[in-house]
Amino acid sequence: MRFAEAFRVALDALRANRLRSLLTMLGVIIGVAAVVILVAIGSGAKAEVEKQVEGLGSNLILVVPGSLEIGGAPSASRLELTDVELLGRAVGDANAVATTVQSGELVRVGDKEVFTTINGTNETVVNVFDRPIARGRYISAADVDTRRRVAVLGSSSARKLFGDVDPIGRQVTIAGVRFRIIGTFVDVGSTFGVDRNAEIHVPVTSAQRLFGVNRIDALAVKAPTIDSIPAIQKRILDALAEKYPGDKFSAVTQTQILGTIGQILGLLTLVLAAIAAISLLVGGVGVSNIMLVSVRERTREIGLRKALGARQRDILVQFLIEAVLLTSIGGLIGIALGVSASLAASALSPLPAEISWWSPLLAFGVSAGVGIFFGVAPARRAGRLDPVVALRTE
Amino acid sequence: MSEPAVEAIDVTRSYELEGGVVVNALSGVSLRIDTGEYAAIIGPSGSGKSTLMHLLGCLDRPTTGALRIAGADVSSLDDTQLAQLRNETVGFVFQSFQLLPRISATANVAMPLVYRGTGRAERIERARTALESVGLGHRLDHRPTQLSGGEQQRVAIARALVSQPTLLLADEPTGNLDTQSGVDVMRLLEQLNTDHGVAVILVTHDHEVAARARRRIRIRDGLIESDDGAHSVADQSVAP
Ligand SMILES: Nc1ncnc2c1ncn2[C@@H]1O[C@H](COP(=O)(O)OP(=O)(O)OP(=O)(O)O)[C@@H](O)[C@H]1O
Ligand SMILES: [Mg+2]
Repeated sequence: MRFAEAFRVALDALRANRLRSLLTMLGVIIGVAAVVILVAIGSGAKAEVEKQVEGLGSNLILVVPGSLEIGGAPSASRLELTDVELLGRAVGDANAVATTVQSGELVRVGDKEVFTTINGTNETVVNVFDRPIARGRYISAADVDTRRRVAVLGSSSARKLFGDVDPIGRQVTIAGVRFRIIGTFVDVGSTFGVDRNAEIHVPVTSAQRLFGVNRIDALAVKAPTIDSIPAIQKRILDALAEKYPGDKFSAVTQTQILGTIGQILGLLTLVLAAIAAISLLVGGVGVSNIMLVSVRERTREIGLRKALGARQRDILVQFLIEAVLLTSIGGLIGIALGVSASLAASALSPLPAEISWWSPLLAFGVSAGVGIFFGVAPARRAGRLDPVVALRTE
Repeated sequence: MSEPAVEAIDVTRSYELEGGVVVNALSGVSLRIDTGEYAAIIGPSGSGKSTLMHLLGCLDRPTTGALRIAGADVSSLDDTQLAQLRNETVGFVFQSFQLLPRISATANVAMPLVYRGTGRAERIERARTALESVGLGHRLDHRPTQLSGGEQQRVAIARALVSQPTLLLADEPTGNLDTQSGVDVMRLLEQLNTDHGVAVILVTHDHEVAARARRRIRIRDGLIESDDGAHSVADQSVAP
């Protein structure tokens, strides 16, 4: 029998049982859509994080207490403000060292309030990070030294608190303390729905008094060139080891952070895909089940076809095509569903979703494979039936 | 001298039912039908006529004994060769029609040609010719469920003719027809036999139909009771 003929017969059979075919496909549709969506979210998250980390600036070394490993517990910070100078001396450029101490606080202007991250920093931030100023100026060394109550607003905080009014020179109340606004940042976008434009920077000294702490959370050092990074990392760690004997610190580059994050998110994507694959497998079992029913139902038809000259192979091919059609049509619908759901997710929600070319292909391949795998047993069974035995069954 | 179209040598067929009871549908039948012969098989219900026809048409394998069709020993053929034999050599009209309900009369009739690899246009053309030859030129696109019993019977006959077999096996081809249609079908079978040399074996309960055949084989309880045109099978089995 020609392949085209077998294809037509199989299609007719599916059409004759439309609802059943659809329900059978549903398992495959859900499985494939799940694979596509979850992989899209996993790889979208990874891409987003990488973009953000790279966006911090180049040749950056981040210094944090404790070790930066998967599963490593965060440790309490013992870093203090004098460590900025310590590292400045170690690196040989005080201008290359920035610091931060952060806390979430309530910010008010008149009757408008926002709750946002207050970032206590020093004047070198604009030098170390890529954080351009839109209007006004950034925090100066004098602001830090004299603990001035001045603030630089992110674009979204500026909009929420002041609307269209120019905020420069105006007052905000942060945790009940008045600050004067000296500048605003250029728009930088958001990560996972966390709006980095909401941040407000104040001098680190003012922040410590406001928060009632003496610590700093982290330090950032800008290396002059990529090649100088390892040496600088070593100098930083040596200086800290001398000052805090027995304590552990990490000095890591973006590449190292990216590697760690990539590892975590890669694993996450894999786990998500595996979960989705299980649902695909369940869909495959459904296909197998329906094919067995279909073979039993059409025993007489099989007997007749064999009596008229169909070979085992003809019957096998006919039922295999039926199974593969079920799963691959289901697969295509699943891909369409998965792709549009992923696009909708990234457009309408903060979830980043990135459709990689391989996940729909893989999902389709797997679903067609599932069709063959789970279709073979029922199809073989059909092919082996004796014509008369088959013809006599009711 | 004619060649044997089909030959059964001491063929038995028994069925084992649940519980171990064995039913002997055929208990030792030797029979030779030559090319161009026209034979009627008669006998009471349950005597094993359909069982014998299925064996002769290669739809079933004997429990013991040998079957030769068109010179080939059936037991030595594999599934593919057997399928080819059914497709090209044998035309079978089932006692219960066995039409597929979801497809048209034309598609039903064309089905043997599908497994021969005949192109679609030619299949439809030949199916139409076969349907016209059984007087159903006006029912080409009807589904079996939209046809009368007699019309379904004739579709089944057209399907057996379409592949131009050399051996036509018809299990009660006139059982569901009125006298006139029955006569028409008989004429058709006789014409195939005389004009094209097709060996025809039919099962019938109708004495008039049996009387028109050139040879009558009577079966009772799975054995041949009488055969008015028997070739001496014993002679053949010793012949080289
Ligand atoms: N699959 C089977 N299992 C058990 N017994 C069977 C089977 N097929 C046929 N038989 C038995 O074999 C015997 C012969 O059956 P067969 O169909 O050949 O009769 P028949 O001569 O064609 O009868 P009818 O004239 O009613 O068609 C019957 O007794 C029947 O019950
Ligand atoms: Mg019968």
